[in-house]
Amino acid sequence: MSSPVTGRRRVPITSTGIVFLVLALTLVAGAVLTAMSGRNFFSPGNISAILTGTSILGFIAIGQTLVILAGSLDLSVPYVTSLASLLAGVLMAGQTSNIVLGVVVALGVSALIGLVNGLVVALLDVHGFIASLGMGLILAGYLGTNYKGSAGSAPRDFRLIGATNIGPVPVSTLIMLGCAVLVILLLRRTRAGHHLYAVGSNREVARMSGLHTATPVVMAHVLCSLLAGMAGLLLLARLSVGSPTIGSQGGYDLMSIAAVVLGGTVLAGGKGNILGTLGGVAIFAVMDNVMGVMEVNPFLKDVVRGVVIVVAVAVYARRSAGQRPPRFQKQSLTDAALQEAR
Amino acid sequence: MPYDTDVARPGHPSHGAGATDAGPLLRATGLTKRFFGNAVLQDVDLELHAGLVHGLVGENGAGKSTLMKILAGVHQPDGGTVEISGEPRTFGHPVQAQQAGLATVFQEFNLLPDRSVAENIYLGREPRRGLLVDTGQMQRDTAELLEGLGVHNLSPATVVRTLSVAEQQIVEIAKAVSYDARIIQMDEPTAALADHEVELLYSMIRRLQERGVAILYVSHRLAELFDLCETITVLKDGRHVATRPAAELDEASLVRMMVGREMSAFFPDALPGTAPGAAALTLTGAGNGYVDGIDLSLRAGEIVGLAGLQGSGRTELVEGIFGAQPFTRGTMTLDGRPVRVRSPREAIRRGLALVTEDRKAKGLSLNQSILDNALGVVHAVFPRRTGTARRGMPGVLSSMAVAARGMDQEVQFLSGGNQQKVVLARWLSTNPRVMLMDEPTRGIDVGAKHAIYELMRQLAADGVAVLMVSSELPEVIGMSDRILVMHEGRLAGELPAGSSEEEILHLATGAAPARPEQPERDDPKEDRQP
Repeated sequence: MSSPVTGRRRVPITSTGIVFLVLALTLVAGAVLTAMSGRNFFSPGNISAILTGTSILGFIAIGQTLVILAGSLDLSVPYVTSLASLLAGVLMAGQTSNIVLGVVVALGVSALIGLVNGLVVALLDVHGFIASLGMGLILAGYLGTNYKGSAGSAPRDFRLIGATNIGPVPVSTLIMLGCAVLVILLLRRTRAGHHLYAVGSNREVARMSGLHTATPVVMAHVLCSLLAGMAGLLLLARLSVGSPTIGSQGGYDLMSIAAVVLGGTVLAGGKGNILGTLGGVAIFAVMDNVMGVMEVNPFLKDVVRGVVIVVAVAVYARRSAGQRPPRFQKQSLTDAALQEAR
Repeated sequence: MPYDTDVARPGHPSHGAGATDAGPLLRATGLTKRFFGNAVLQDVDLELHAGLVHGLVGENGAGKSTLMKILAGVHQPDGGTVEISGEPRTFGHPVQAQQAGLATVFQEFNLLPDRSVAENIYLGREPRRGLLVDTGQMQRDTAELLEGLGVHNLSPATVVRTLSVAEQQIVEIAKAVSYDARIIQMDEPTAALADHEVELLYSMIRRLQERGVAILYVSHRLAELFDLCETITVLKDGRHVATRPAAELDEASLVRMMVGREMSAFFPDALPGTAPGAAALTLTGAGNGYVDGIDLSLRAGEIVGLAGLQGSGRTELVEGIFGAQPFTRGTMTLDGRPVRVRSPREAIRRGLALVTEDRKAKGLSLNQSILDNALGVVHAVFPRRTGTARRGMPGVLSSMAVAARGMDQEVQFLSGGNQQKVVLARWLSTNPRVMLMDEPTRGIDVGAKHAIYELMRQLAADGVAVLMVSSELPEVIGMSDRILVMHEGRLAGELPAGSSEEEILHLATGAAPARPEQPERDDPKEDRQP
C-alpha cells in the first residue's frame, strides 16, 4: 500500500487476490493432511466431491453477493430453497413430462418472494436484514404448517442433473459456474450492474446522479431468490424428494453471508465481486472435505469455520484501515502541475 | 496569481457581453422557502449571465445552501419563480435541473470512493454498445472531458478513493461539466483545497467562462470572490442584502454587509499579559511512517501555525503527537519529561487535545446532543471531572455564543460554525495544556471564525500551547507567533510571525535551496509493513 515518491511502486494485492492465495494455501494444506491420512486429495472422486460441495452454497452465495453489494441482506434464502425443492418435487411427482412445469413454478415463486423482499427494502425503507428475516419466518411457518416431512418425487431425467459428471466436474457445478459468469457480466458490463454498485456504495450519490435507486435493490433481491430457488431444484435432483427443512439444515443464510464476506465483499455494500465469493465458497468446500476425510468431529468443524471467517474479516479490516487516501506518498496532480508551471 | 484582477476586470465581460444583452441565462425572482414555518429564504432575486462568475456570500444560515438547493431541484420553493433562458422552470428532482443544463457541485463530495473516475462521471449515463456498457468509450470520453478542462494526468480508470482531495474536486467539476451544463453552481469548491490547488480550480473556471458557462460561486474565502467574480450577491438571514459589481466592493464592505456590523480587526491581537513560557511540548527526530525527522518545540502561551500543501503530512504530524498515528521513532517530551503517547486516550490524559480536520467524521457524534458531545471526552477519560464539567458547560457554550435551541439539541441540526464551537467546548472541558487544531475554521462562516480566533488568543493567554494546522495562509499569517512549514513529511523550515504568503509557499513546495531534493530518501513507511 505504500509507494515511495521515487517510484519503486509495489503492486498492491487485491482482496480477491488474498482470497485465492488463501484458497491455494487451503488446497496445499488439504493435500498434505489428506495424504497423511493415506488418501489422494487429487483423486477424481475427491475432486468431484469437493466441486459438488461448492455448487449449492455457490448458487446461494452468488445471489447473496448481489444483495450485499446493493447494501441489503437476505436471510430468507434457506426457506426459499426448501420451498422450491418442495414445489418442484410435488408438481413433478415422478413424471418426466412435468419437469418444465415444476421448474417454472418453483423459480417463479422464488422470484416473486425476492420481488416482495426487494420492494419492502427499497420502497418501505425496511433494512434487508429485517425484511428478509420476516419473510423467512413467514415461509418457515408456511412450510411447517403444510408439509409434515419430505414430499414429492423427482423423475429420473431430472435426477441426472445431480448425478452426471463431465470428467471429474459435476454438471451442477457447471451450471453454478455458468450463472456466476452471467452475474459477473451483469455486474461489470451492464448499466444495471454499475448502478447496483452505486446504490450499495452511497444511495444519496446515486439518487443525485439520477438513478432510480429502487431498481438495483429489487433486481438484486429477485436474482438472489431465483438463485436460492435453483439451489432448491439442485437439492431436489440430488435427494429426489423435496424437503421443508433442507435449507435451514444447511444453514445457507449465514453460511452464504460468511462466504461472501470471506470473499472480500464489504458487508456494508458497494465493494466486492463474484470471483471472491466463489473463492470463499471453495475455501469452505475444501475445508469441509479435508475435515471429512480426516474424520474430524463435526462440532470442531464449526469451530474451524468460525475461526476462518473472523480471521479473514480481521485481515480485510486491517488492510482497509491502511487504505486511507495516500497523502505525500504520491505526488498529487496539482503538485505536478505546479512544478510544471515553475 | 496569474489572473491580475485589477487589470482584467474592466475588459473581462467582453466575451460575455453579447450574452448579457440577450438576457440572463438564469433569473430567479422572489424565491422563498420555509422549513417548519421558519422562513430560511425570503424573496431572494438572482440573475446569472453567460460567461460570468457570480459570487454568493453570507454567513452560515444566511440561506446560501437553501438557494442553491432550490436551483438544483433538491428543494422546491414555497414562492417565487426560476427562469432558464427566459422560460419558467420548476424542478422536482436534481436530475430535471441537470437536464435543463444546470449542474451543481455540492460541498459534500458526491462520489463513490470504490468506483473509477470514469464510472463516477458517467454514473447513470454509461455509454452502451448493445446491452453492454462500453467501458472503452466511457474512458475515452472521460479523458477527453478532463483534457478539455486542462487536466492532463488523471487516469479515467483510477479508483476515486486513491485520489487526493483536490483531484476528487476536479472529478466533481468534470462530472458537472459532463452534463453539458450551461449553468454550474459551486458550493465552496475550495473549502478542502490548499492555496496552490485553488489555482488549478481557477484555471478550470476560466475555461468554463470561455465556453459561455454561467457560474454561481459560493465561498467563505472572500479573496477568491474578488479574484473570480464580476458580481457579488450578499445574503443575510435568508434575505437579499445587495448585488453589486465586485469592483465596487472590498473585503471590509463585504464583511460588513454579511454580519451587519464592523469586524474590528479580523485577526484579533494577542491578549495583554500573553507571554510565551517554557517549552510545553518538544519532538526530537519524531517519525511515524507518514512523517519523519520532526524536531519542534511548542512553548506555553504560544500559537504556532503549521502550513504545508495538502498531503505534506501536517495532519499526520498532529495525529502522531496525539497518538492517533503513534510515533515509532524519536522522542517526545511534555513539560520537560519524556513521554510515549501510544493512543489518543494517553494523549488526553497527559493534557493534549486535538480538534480534528473532519469534524463530522472524527469530531462529533452527529445524532447525539450538544451536551453529550461536549462532555464526551471528559466523561470517557476523566469520569470524576464530569460533574464539574457539566455544571460549567452552559457557561462555556454561551461564552462562545453557540446558537442552538438548547443543550439537548442534536448537533447534526447545527450550522458548521456552531458544530465547531461544540467541538472546542468538548476539548476545553478537559483543560488541555497543548491544543492541536487541524483546520479549525474550515467551512465555517466569518462570525464563527472570528469567535474561534478570539478563543485561541484566550487559550494562549491562559498559558496553553496552540498548534494550528491551516491551508488558509492569511489565517496562518494572521494568527501565528511562529510558522512551521511542512514538505513531503518533513519540516521544511520555520518562519517568524508576519512572513509573507510567498515565503511560506516557497518552503511548502520544496523550492528552498536549504533542503535539496533527496531522490533516494528512505521510505518512512517501510517499517510499517507487517
